[in-house]
Amino acid sequence: MIDLTLLADGGIGWIDASGPASPLVLSTRIRLARNLAGRAFATRNAPADREAIAEAVGTAVEGTSALGRAAAFRLDRLELRDRLLLHERHLVSRELAGLAGDPVPAGATLLVQGRVGAMVNEEDHLRLQGVVSGFALEAAYAEVDRLDNELGQRLAFAFHPEFGYLSACPTNVGTGLRASVLIHLPGLVLTKEISKVLQGLSQVGLAVRGLYGEGSEVVGNFFQLSNQTTLGKSERDLLDHLGKMVREVMAYEDEARAVLLRDARSVIEDKVWRAYGLLRYARALSYEETMNLLSGVRLGVGVQIIPDVGLYALNKMLVHTQPAHLASAHGVALDDPSLAVRRAEFVRALLQDEGRRAG
Amino acid sequence: MTCQQCEEREAVVQLKRVEGGEVRIQHLCERCAAERGVPDGEETAKTPLGAFLAAMGTDLAGESPLTSGAALAECPGCGATLQDFRRTGRLGCATCWSTFEGPLRGLTRRVHGATRHVGEFYVRPGAEPPDQAALVQRLREQLSMAVADENFERAAELRDRLRGLE
Repeated sequence: MIDLTLLADGGIGWIDASGPASPLVLSTRIRLARNLAGRAFATRNAPADREAIAEAVGTAVEGTSALGRAAAFRLDRLELRDRLLLHERHLVSRELAGLAGDPVPAGATLLVQGRVGAMVNEEDHLRLQGVVSGFALEAAYAEVDRLDNELGQRLAFAFHPEFGYLSACPTNVGTGLRASVLIHLPGLVLTKEISKVLQGLSQVGLAVRGLYGEGSEVVGNFFQLSNQTTLGKSERDLLDHLGKMVREVMAYEDEARAVLLRDARSVIEDKVWRAYGLLRYARALSYEETMNLLSGVRLGVGVQIIPDVGLYALNKMLVHTQPAHLASAHGVALDDPSLAVRRAEFVRALLQDEGRRAG
Repeated sequence: MTCQQCEEREAVVQLKRVEGGEVRIQHLCERCAAERGVPDGEETAKTPLGAFLAAMGTDLAGESPLTSGAALAECPGCGATLQDFRRTGRLGCATCWSTFEGPLRGLTRRVHGATRHVGEFYVRPGAEPPDQAALVQRLREQLSMAVADENFERAAELRDRLRGLE
């Protein structure tokens, strides 16, 4: 079993809901795809090359301020539950954790320190990442940019004067930058405006994904909005464009909530209090049900119908009720039949604490 | 036409190979082609870039064997071919970007609507920094884009940087 106490904040500092627009936006994450010059990309390199890459990166991060004290995890030496746990924390992709159908890639490594991290031997040699709480593109970019600058002075990255930073997949070439904002949009879902908004976003070059990024489903009305293209615009322009669009989506969400409260207040009140009631008193909860109920309570907190539940507690429930988190906390297998009961216990205790704290 | 390998089934695939500087064309049925490692259409469509890559393959097939140098070339860096790229959707190494520059330029235009990186300019450790003129040129490109996007705050920032350099 892995020891996440090695990480100051468990690698999920964003959970404290301290960032801007936290009621709507859980986290802002920016990743940069980088490859080392003179080494074959992942589809054409051998396990020995991948070991050499992991070693070169490990040496390069020593002495950097961004990752010099990083906790390191070798995904290819971890059991499934631990790999899933890191994925549930959004620290590694499905591919690096060996959850996408293929086995864990040889040499797959995760380095994490505070708000930055690096996946090594993913589709690209390096996926650098910065994650912050709330809607804060500038702050997230500042984190990952510092890491990029430090590593770029110690390692030679593959760069082409015309194409920019070279990636294994042409969809990432240029800046290699993918910024994503994890946003909660229950108002737009309830007013059925969501498909129009998502369609609009795809027309302005943004991608919409589920809670866990590429290939994942939308659960609990959480959407990941990110830039689709990486070439032909500067880093700053990509962030500005995404920021502008996210602000528009936030305004639409606020509008949808106002309409719901104006035209159907009693229905909304009933809906969010029912969600609260189930979380507060249910004796067994599935993961999916929990996500949907948490969405209802989050909406209730956002529109000030439910007074005594903090965003930090809601974020904690979101993270710690996931299958691998629960299974690890209780030292049981991922398919243990007791998980639904333990999930309900965890949620109940947290909501009780919140009530006591407020009362 | 019947398959030149099994001489039984209908040939539906043309396999082009370069042997000793000569282009050889072999007509194969689907099964024999699969045995030789030629991906079928369905497999290609499964990769994230499937649609683009399939379209790219059609373009290339339309070219005469003499002009489709890129289609037959092997990357000197890793040995990958455009067929490999079509199959996996991934390039083999940094050199692939130079080897298949032409087709990749077409692809990036379709994927990103652009072919030129205008972001941060990377200088490898120990390498000479880029010359001033190139930097000014890049900033100018970014400035005109910011103006086109009506991003005046950004345009002002770029103008100030340009003034500092000029």
